[in-house]
Amino acid sequence: MTQETTRPSPDGASTAAQASALLPAETMAELREIAARYPQARSGLLPMLHLVQSVEGRVTPAGIEACAQILGISAAEVSGVATFYTMYKRRPVGDYHVGVCTNTLCAVMGGDLILERLKGHLDVGNDETTEDGKITLEHLECNAACDYAPVVMVNWEFFDNMTPDSAVELVDDLRSGANVHSTRGPRVCTWREAERVLAGYPDGLADDGPAAGPATLAGLQIAREQGWQAPAGADGTARATGTTERGTESPVAAGERADTRRAETETKVEESPADLEHEDEPADQPVDEAGKGDSQ
Amino acid sequence: MSDVLTPVLSDNWDMPRAWTLESYESTGGYEGLKKALGQTPESVIELVKDSGLRGRGGAGFPTGMKWGFIPQDNPKPKYLVVNADESEPGTCKDIPLMMASPHTLVEGVAISSYAIRANTAFIYVRGEVLHVIRRLQRAVQEAYLAGHLGKDIHGSGYDLDVVVHAGAGAYICGEETALLDSLEGRRGQPRLRPPFPAVAGLYAAPTVINNVESIASVPCIVRNGAGWFSSMGTEKSKGMTLYSLSGHVKRPGQYEAPLGITLRQLLDLSGGMREGAELKFWTPGGSSTPILTAEHLDVPLDYEGVSGAGSMLGTKALQVFDQTTSVVRCVLRWTEFYKHESCGKCTPCREGTWWLVQVLQRLERGAGQEGDIEVLLDMCDNILGRAFCALGDGATSPITSAVQYFREEFEAGMHTPASELFPYQASTVFGAEVSA
Ligand SMILES: Cc1cc2nc3c(=O)[nH]c(=O)nc-3n(C[C@H](O)[C@H](O)[C@H](O)COP(=O)(O)O)c2cc1C
Ligand code: SF4
Ligand code: FES
Repeated sequence: MTQETTRPSPDGASTAAQASALLPAETMAELREIAARYPQARSGLLPMLHLVQSVEGRVTPAGIEACAQILGISAAEVSGVATFYTMYKRRPVGDYHVGVCTNTLCAVMGGDLILERLKGHLDVGNDETTEDGKITLEHLECNAACDYAPVVMVNWEFFDNMTPDSAVELVDDLRSGANVHSTRGPRVCTWREAERVLAGYPDGLADDGPAAGPATLAGLQIAREQGWQAPAGADGTARATGTTERGTESPVAAGERADTRRAETETKVEESPADLEHEDEPADQPVDEAGKGDSQ
Repeated sequence: MSDVLTPVLSDNWDMPRAWTLESYESTGGYEGLKKALGQTPESVIELVKDSGLRGRGGAGFPTGMKWGFIPQDNPKPKYLVVNADESEPGTCKDIPLMMASPHTLVEGVAISSYAIRANTAFIYVRGEVLHVIRRLQRAVQEAYLAGHLGKDIHGSGYDLDVVVHAGAGAYICGEETALLDSLEGRRGQPRLRPPFPAVAGLYAAPTVINNVESIASVPCIVRNGAGWFSSMGTEKSKGMTLYSLSGHVKRPGQYEAPLGITLRQLLDLSGGMREGAELKFWTPGGSSTPILTAEHLDVPLDYEGVSGAGSMLGTKALQVFDQTTSVVRCVLRWTEFYKHESCGKCTPCREGTWWLVQVLQRLERGAGQEGDIEVLLDMCDNILGRAFCALGDGATSPITSAVQYFREEFEAGMHTPASELFPYQASTVFGAEVSA
């Protein structure tokens, strides 16, 4: 890695002065601020490119040059990084990036049909933007929400359990400027605003939305109903995590839609003996024995 | 003896505003950190070793032992890096954990960093999960304000800085050495080992890389003891863990149970397969773990049990498919994924995945050629063990296991399109006519 700070770029910006002029002074200052978060400045490159996208709407030659200048590396090196990662875009992205998961599980559960429907409805291909500049459509790989398949992401917020119809409704709402809330998150912001959060500049929306959706709580809810819990901990509390009086907690705040199934059963859970239902206890099976007997 | 489900990590997820510091502390959050700071770092490592905790990121390496590899006589700074890149197809446990209770992870980061004497820790989270990143950023900020992070934590003289770092979309960055390159601001490509990250990791300094769930499991161990943790699970697979059930089941979701529960038990608990459906095949731990079938319903889902059945526990991502599903279609889609995500560094994986896709595409179209199955197996043989990192090996898993259990579907691919044998509409969750 060379350490020179100025070099010709593919776009002809050849001096530091020119590079700094390419992005607003404020942005340059923030890019430097990001680099300074790390023991070695270059570690800041990924978040810096997110910031470039939030300002420029994509990774522009000026943004590449700015990062290169600040980190003291070549524009080619920055470019090499930018092209490696799928979230960095060379072409302008619309206000809303709509991603349809078409990895195997979502695809089978309906993701392929959702993508086809949206392509037709929006009249765009993969990784293309509608004429009004509002929506960029892209198919995604698994987004770690398979228990909510089929999954659609809008500006990297979750839209769970989608169908072709609900997906069409979603993009129509986005285009008409209606308020659109993520299933497990806040009202969706623009793609550029989202990129700014990814660069490490919080937008104050962390408290919006629920803690969890229904699938996230599926096992917990069954455990509550059955009175199942982890063994008592060293400090003698009934719960491993030391909770004692959850039955008395205040009701769920409005807006936390999926969070509302909080168990009325909790008080019951607290009172139930710790050792219910042990017949199907899997713990003491010999480890190498694959075929154990009937479990339930 | 423990109950069938043992919510520990998930125990506070149904609390109002579970993600806030206030909520987390109301259930004893950060007590583990205070307890740890009252002990020597070595004794925290011993505790985690004694608990039997094994890495939850896929390989199951003992966590305490990994920490013990950090050479404390090395004068360089030590680093903890949390692998929050969760991108293995089917895997969906770390993301909901960080969404619901980011402080569990942050407390784990503080304790684990203390144990290995790191003063800087990174949480490398995949970029495609905006709200999870917001919650992490906020949790770290709250923890600083409360004195759980920063300078002289709770008067112990111990300093720790934590940086939340968003990735930018690349499955390979979940591989630990590729993650380090990515965190250094480079293309995410795996490094040659040795040297191992414990000796020369981030900035060539001693580094521990652990999965989110591994690190999040540390606070409860510190609070409740190694014996408490190891009272759950099986002989060599200790503790409770998150199983992620997805696909053609009545109630997909997260199920926290002692290691060793079976898929049959999980399906029984969750209401079974969707209406009228029969189990056809499933992955025990994401797409890189060989598929299993209904004959494996009673395999204990611990590290030894699943390897005994010829697969791997992996990330405990149980993707369940019913009889409407075309195996060839699924295998093609997974292979397209590996081809797309191959970092291109080594030839067997870069070229091999490309060719595998070509052959699988024609089999899916019903235009397979004589000998295609042998070609597939031969190519897998040439990738497995010859690729530079485990992505290449993982790419062969769905293919070889699917041919093993469903060879006739590949043979049918010589003349009949998969979509004719298994109309794709029937596999969807909407408007599906499921006929047994
Ligand atoms: C292609 C590939 C992708 C991986 N993705 C992840 C991931 O997203 N999260 C993770 O924790 N481990 C992932 N791993 C495993 C890591 O390399 C590493 O083993 C793990 O983070 C170690 O943590 P643990 O010991 O706590 O399990 C991946 C491995 C490979 C080969
Ligand atoms: S196996 Fe694939 S992902 Fe791994 S180094 Fe080789 S090309 Fe890259
Ligand atoms: S396969 Fe779509 S989120 Fe996992």
